[in-house]
Amino acid sequence: MVRIDGDRITLLGGWSPSSGYRHFPRAVVCPFTGADDVEAVDLPGEGTVLLHTEVLLAPPGYFGPVPYGLGVVELEGAPPLRIVTRLQGDDIRPGARVALALEEVPDADGNPLATWTFRS
Amino acid sequence: MTDVRITGVGMHPFGRFDGLTGTDMGVVAVRSALDEAGLNARQVQAAFCGTAYGGVAAGHRVLGALAGTGIPIVDVEAGCASGGAALQLGAASIASGQYDRVLVFGLEKMPKGVIRSSFFAPWQEAGGLSPAPAYFALRAQRLLLDTGLTREHLAQVVVKNRRNGVDNPDAMFQKAVTVDEVLAARMICDPLTLFMLCSPNEGAAALVLEGGAEGVTVAGISLRSHLPGNVLGEDSPLCGIEDADITSPTELAATDAYRQAGVGPTEVDVVECQDTDSGRELLAWAELGLCAAGDQDRLLADGSTLLGGRIPVNPSGGLLSKGEPLGASALGQVVEITRQLRGTVKDRQVDGARVGLSHVIGRGANACVTILTR
Repeated sequence: MVRIDGDRITLLGGWSPSSGYRHFPRAVVCPFTGADDVEAVDLPGEGTVLLHTEVLLAPPGYFGPVPYGLGVVELEGAPPLRIVTRLQGDDIRPGARVALALEEVPDADGNPLATWTFRS
Repeated sequence: MTDVRITGVGMHPFGRFDGLTGTDMGVVAVRSALDEAGLNARQVQAAFCGTAYGGVAAGHRVLGALAGTGIPIVDVEAGCASGGAALQLGAASIASGQYDRVLVFGLEKMPKGVIRSSFFAPWQEAGGLSPAPAYFALRAQRLLLDTGLTREHLAQVVVKNRRNGVDNPDAMFQKAVTVDEVLAARMICDPLTLFMLCSPNEGAAALVLEGGAEGVTVAGISLRSHLPGNVLGEDSPLCGIEDADITSPTELAATDAYRQAGVGPTEVDVVECQDTDSGRELLAWAELGLCAAGDQDRLLADGSTLLGGRIPVNPSGGLLSKGEPLGASALGQVVEITRQLRGTVKDRQVDGARVGLSHVIGRGANACVTILTR
């Protein structure tokens, strides 16, 4: 789903040449058209915030810090791909430019779990 | 096709009932519906039970407690639309001529706190990507950004529904609130405060269906799922595409149900719709054709959706007053609409109602729209 290289993280998506759509995480067929010509693609690490909220109460199965930002980011490239993601930063609002970053949160045993966020 | 009529309805109130099992509540609702129909559990030919958290053979446990076994008993899970899915199966079995008398019921005893859903994979939970209220909040934000509606409009929906719930003895909350109280309540996920979100809880509802055109009939019912692509859809995908042209599951189901019933939105007298959060209700108004998208503020301003208005929505108090026991919520709406069409509701009757619509939408995604006529 992701590739981690030192402190760098990349989102591993899928791309269907026949439908033209990218998706994340990579699936067996294009989730928007059913096309089965999915190829692996590294997704861009920059995007624009469409929506943003704060999660104040830890949901079941999550052992990381609260509050944390959650929202929808539209990644660069066409046609647009929107993903639900964690968000960080002082200037998170619709239209803000954000960049992908590695974030570690504790798992159930307190061990670091690598995940991703987008930062302003 | 045989016409499908509702000959009995029953409820166990929605709320929190320590010491009662889901089966106990199902028995209360089913017995009440059977009593109204003048039947016992041995006289129905099939049973369809909606539940999401009821566990293995939840329907069998209820029918077993009433000695009504030997018949086919089918448990149905379709998230918040579980009861609607059970009703669609039950109604189809009458319409097709397979059976003459069936029982449709729903029950739930939800865990307390934020609901853990097996829908999400462990890695999504561990990464903090599973908080349902945040998804509702993002959709509500989108609604406000797209339409110019405001937090005050979200609060007005809560005020309307909680006012209606005051007169519903089956509701969990029977206390009115003000716009100021709703806005000042604890923030759960911006822009949704505690009062703008319904409470998962416990309860049961039941219907007896029989063939025939007398009384209240099921004129249309449709259960639909999502089309792909909407990142804010109830199917909670991790990614999506531009979605302006993607028809929502509620619109799909409503189009079917209106066509089956041969009526349009302007002919509907009373509506019960999904108000998981108050933004979800405002979205449904447009999806069901009660108004154009973005015109919800007009309906709020002119009182159209209040009791006594042109098209009262959620006269029962909605899920914001009743709480949401997933398997029972859809059928709770149908019980309310049935009683409204019969004209037997005390204090919150919609005078002269002859066409009623109920709507649920939730995880899956699953949406169900039911149209009843008298």
